[in-house]
Amino acid sequence: MNALLRYFPALLAVLFVSLALAAGEESVELQSAPGRDVVVARCSVCHSVDYVQMNAPVLDRAGWQKSVRKMIDQFGAPISEEDAQRILDYLATNY
Amino acid sequence: MITRRKVVAGSAGALLLAAMADRYAFGAEASADEPLIALPGKRPLIKRTFRPPNYETPLAALRPQFTANDTFFVRYHLASIPEVDARTWRLRIGGTSAKRPLELSLDELKRDFERVRLAAVNQCSGNRRGLFAPRAGGVQWTYGAMGNALWGGVRLRDVLNRAGVNADALEVVVDGADGAALPGTPDFVKSLPVDRALDADTLIAFEMNGEPLPHWNGAPARLVVPGWTATYWVKHLTSINIEPQAFDGFWMKSAYRIPTGAFPGARFASQENAQTTPITEILVNSLVTSHVNGDRIARGRPADLAGWAWDGGSGISTVEISLDEGNAWRPATLGQTPSSYSWRGFRAALDTSKPGPLRIAVRATGRNGARQPEKLTPNPSGYHHNIIQTLMLEVA
Repeated sequence: MNALLRYFPALLAVLFVSLALAAGEESVELQSAPGRDVVVARCSVCHSVDYVQMNAPVLDRAGWQKSVRKMIDQFGAPISEEDAQRILDYLATNY
Repeated sequence: MITRRKVVAGSAGALLLAAMADRYAFGAEASADEPLIALPGKRPLIKRTFRPPNYETPLAALRPQFTANDTFFVRYHLASIPEVDARTWRLRIGGTSAKRPLELSLDELKRDFERVRLAAVNQCSGNRRGLFAPRAGGVQWTYGAMGNALWGGVRLRDVLNRAGVNADALEVVVDGADGAALPGTPDFVKSLPVDRALDADTLIAFEMNGEPLPHWNGAPARLVVPGWTATYWVKHLTSINIEPQAFDGFWMKSAYRIPTGAFPGARFASQENAQTTPITEILVNSLVTSHVNGDRIARGRPADLAGWAWDGGSGISTVEISLDEGNAWRPATLGQTPSSYSWRGFRAALDTSKPGPLRIAVRATGRNGARQPEKLTPNPSGYHHNIIQTLMLEVA
C-alpha cells in the first residue's frame, strides 16, 4: 500500500500520457520480437516509437545504449535496470 | 532496410509516382519514405515523429517568398503542448536582475509597445541532419526544417526595459508552456546573452505572415531571434527572466552545443567551455527549389534554376552556379529581399541546347564574406549542414 501511494503520481502520469497518444501514432508498428512490449510500454510514456524507426539507420548497439541511458539518466524515465537491458537488447537486435 | 538515400539514388521514377500520389504534388525527395500527414490546422507535411510532433515542410512549399503558416515546419522536444487561451494568457517578466517584475496580457503587449514587423528565416539547428555522413542521431530532417516568414510583434528590448535591466544582467532566460510528460524530464528552457536579448531585432512575436501565430508555431507569442537558429525561438512564451548568472538547464548545458571553435558565428561566452559552446548564428546556406535531383528538363526549352540563399543576418552578396563540379562559377541573378534576415531569391538560366546530364552546384556567399563550404564539419549532433548543394538534371 505504501509503495502504491509512493508511486501513485508516476502511475497517474503514465496513465495520463497513455491516453494522450498523438493522432495516427497507433499506426507505428515495431518489429515483432521479444522485448517489443516493454519498449512500447516504457518508451511510449514520453514519445511515439517512430523515434526508434527514424534512428535505426543511425544507431548501433553503442548508440542505442547511449540513447537509453540518456532517457533514464537525463530525462528521468522511471525504467528499471532489468527493463533497460531488455529495451537495449530489443533495439540492438531489431533496429 | 531501405534508407532514403538509396531510394533517392535508385529511383527517380518511384519518386515521381510517390509525388503524383500525394494530394498535392510535392517533389521533395523525403516524401519517398515518410508519409505526408496533416496536423490540425496544417496542410500535409513530412511526418518525422508523431509525438512530440516533428513535421517538415515539403520542398514545393518552400517556393514562395514567405512560407505559408499552414505549411511551416513544426518542431517540439516535449510532448505536453497545451492549447494556450490567449484571453487568459499572461507573460511574466522578472528574474534576479529585473528592477520591476511585471505581467502582461496579450492585449497589453499589443497596446503598450511599439509594433514592429521583420522578415526572417526560422531554421532548426538540425535542418538537413538526415543528410549527414557519417550520420548523426536525432530527428532526421532533410531540407524543410526551416521557413521564411514575416514576424509581427514587439521588441523584446522594450519589454525588458519596462521591467528594468540591472547592470549585473548576464543572460535572459525564456520558458514556454510546452512541457514534458514526466516530472523528471528537463523543461525546454533557453537563455540568450543579455546583449542579444536587448538587440533591436529580437522580438516577442504574436503574428506570422499577418495572421495570429498558429498553435503549432507558438501561439499566442514566441521569441524571434533573427539570425540565430530556431532553438532560441521559444514558443508559447510564459516567462522571461533577467539573470546575473549563466542558466544551467539541460537545453543549454547539454543540448544544442557544437565543438568550441569549429564554426564561425557569434559567441555565447557565458555558456562556453573548452570543449563545447552553444550553437548560435545560422551559417550561410542556399536551397534549390525549382528542381530536385534527377529531374528531366526538355531540350531546347528555356529553364531557370532558382531557389533561396540566406545567412545569419549579414545578408547574401552572391550566389554562384557551377556546371563543371566546382571549377568555374558564374553568378546567378539575385532578387530583392525584405530584410537581411530573410532568404534572398536567386535565378540562373540553364543551357538546354544539348542533351545529357547537367551536374549543378550552387554556392552562396554572405556580405560578411562567409561562403558555403564543400565539406561538412563533423559534429556529434549533426548541426550546421550548409555544404554546397549539388544536383544532377537530365536534358532530354
